Amino acid sequence: MSREPLKHYVNPAPFNPYAALELTPEQERYYMASQWRLVWWKLKRHRLAVISGSFLTLMYFVVVFAEVIAPYELEARHVDYLFAPPQDVHWFEEGEFRGPFVYGIDVTLDMERLQWVYQEDRSQVNPIRFFCSGSDYAGAEYEFWGMVKGDFHLICPSPNSPMFLLGTDRMGRDMLSRIVYGARISLTLGLIGIAISFFLGITIGGVAGYYGGLVDNIVQRTIEVIRSFPMLPLLMTLSAVLPVTWPPTLIFLGITVLLALLDWPGLARAVRSKLLALREEDFCVAAQLMGAKPGRVIMKHLMPSFLSHLIASATLSIPTMILGETALSFLGLGLRPPVTSWGVLLNEAQNINYVVLYPWLLYPVIPVILVVLAYQFLGDGLLDAADPYKH
Amino acid sequence: MMIPTLLVISVLVFTIIQLPPGDYLTTMVNELQAQGENVNQERVAYLREQYGMDRSIVEQYLYWVWGMLHGDMGHSFEHDKPVNEVVGDRMYLTILVAFVTTLFVYVMSFPIGVYSAVRQYSIGDFTLSFIGFIGLATPNFLLALILMYMAKAYFGTDIGGLMDAQYIDQPWTMDKVMSVLAHLWVPVVVIGTSGTAGMIRRLRANLLDELHKQYVVTAKAKGLSPVKTLVKYPLRMALNPFIADIGNLLPEMISGAVIVSVVLGLETTGPMLLKALQSQDMYLAGSFLMFISLLTVFGTLISDLALAVLDPRIRLEGGQSR
Repeated sequence: MSREPLKHYVNPAPFNPYAALELTPEQERYYMASQWRLVWWKLKRHRLAVISGSFLTLMYFVVVFAEVIAPYELEARHVDYLFAPPQDVHWFEEGEFRGPFVYGIDVTLDMERLQWVYQEDRSQVNPIRFFCSGSDYAGAEYEFWGMVKGDFHLICPSPNSPMFLLGTDRMGRDMLSRIVYGARISLTLGLIGIAISFFLGITIGGVAGYYGGLVDNIVQRTIEVIRSFPMLPLLMTLSAVLPVTWPPTLIFLGITVLLALLDWPGLARAVRSKLLALREEDFCVAAQLMGAKPGRVIMKHLMPSFLSHLIASATLSIPTMILGETALSFLGLGLRPPVTSWGVLLNEAQNINYVVLYPWLLYPVIPVILVVLAYQFLGDGLLDAADPYKH
Repeated sequence: MMIPTLLVISVLVFTIIQLPPGDYLTTMVNELQAQGENVNQERVAYLREQYGMDRSIVEQYLYWVWGMLHGDMGHSFEHDKPVNEVVGDRMYLTILVAFVTTLFVYVMSFPIGVYSAVRQYSIGDFTLSFIGFIGLATPNFLLALILMYMAKAYFGTDIGGLMDAQYIDQPWTMDKVMSVLAHLWVPVVVIGTSGTAGMIRRLRANLLDELHKQYVVTAKAKGLSPVKTLVKYPLRMALNPFIADIGNLLPEMISGAVIVSVVLGLETTGPMLLKALQSQDMYLAGSFLMFISLLTVFGTLISDLALAVLDPRIRLEGGQSR
């Protein structure tokens, strides 16, 4: 007796009782991924954060290669071109494509107003050169990181006439180059500061949260006192206390440490509250019973569960540091030349009458705002991505 | 809680005053000697004694705090006058600016925050959020600088100062009050912008959290009018953090005010503090710092009280064991 095929569809594959429990490859990939990978995937979907992240990466690239990217050396002076206005970049000369170029500059002295007057010299076409090893104009030589001599630049002016895309300052120094060099100080200061503050925050907050009791109480009160000071006046006073005899590099370090000293309470508070909640968990008690030392329990068992969150909050406090330094230097209480940060550059813009005459002195404002915005967006994105309950 | 905090702050401030090597007198003597002038050692000793510099640090501290409690802020060496006289009106103007700015922040951020939350993701919400982000990112002294430049370059007016020049150091008259009021809005807007932006963001987030809760859905389903559904419960819940935030807002605004008033040349304590710091006139600077901190701690106290009045949970918990 031959078996009639059944009328309805029957799956010929052998029966698998666990079919409902098995995961598709995508699901498996998702469930097996490490925490950092998950954060990374979520971050990638946050468009603004990705853009900000790339922008910041670019900025730090500039920080590393400042000497190569800036057309002039930091202190290169052009005494014939004081307060020269920014030049426009042109592409066409009388309808003919010439590549990017600038016109020459005509300088005359207006004896009545005692002011230099700059005009475009239309007869002179000075093409901008790229990837040039320019030893043929003043201010091209530099010492890369203060060690290796070089004169290779990303962009250079033509040999017979200078080029100031963002104008020059009171001493005839190129603003563009100075802003590029300023990025080095302003941006590294934020990173060093946050590293110190991060270390302080984790240690102090960790100790307070783990031990609780008296230690916790003392730390809490300290944090309260520090936070009830208005930050900027305190910072101003403290930086005024730094001895005047210190060399500029030491002042740089001093300011960074001061900024970090005022910043750690926020992080310490976050660490403390998380630790207080976590130290009662079973896995933590288990680790303690097996004889792990407090340092190990905090660092190996407790910290990983909220480290991503901490890093996100730290990212959000970097801009505060950058702004703090900018404000201090702007007031003349922070960094001092020859250390050049954006705040030091803005110090020249303190006199409003100058600014009205030479508005390009305000240009360092733009990178400051952009960097702060970028950090803010990146931090927000990281905070969202680090939150496991958000999809 | 407030008094121990203030005590610790006063110790810190006094330490800062004492930090620079040497004291103002030594600096002064050195300066005079550098100029080739004869310094009468007896006079120096006399001054030293008068200012209490020959006593121990602890005694000096107690002397200073005792003076503070009596409203005597010490002696400014640079101006050779009591700090009280140097400061004068500036103290009140500082309080005025801080007060009006706080008011401005609340008045501006409340309707905007509510609007943004109720009409989430509308064009208005997006625009306001975007402006808010920029406001949050632009440090207020740079904003002040840009505004000053624009006013000067395009309208030819000077928006600095807190009153017309002829009223400075004059007794208070009706005209002077009007002049101050006419100048006040610029610093208020500049200082208040970032605070307002932050407040809007927080109020929006809080209100959104509330609006998605089930009791709101229930209220809507039962046919409560939209206005009543919003005002009766969610808004009141979202208001608590809004009020509590004054504790964060105040230090931020006072900090901002210091540097903004330097840029705008206001007749408040900011520029004085800067000048005192530059000339290392530490008594003056320390007194300012103390005063500013006092203002902050006081503001926090007010916010705690306001919160206790508004929120029965905090009121009851506070009354129990602590």
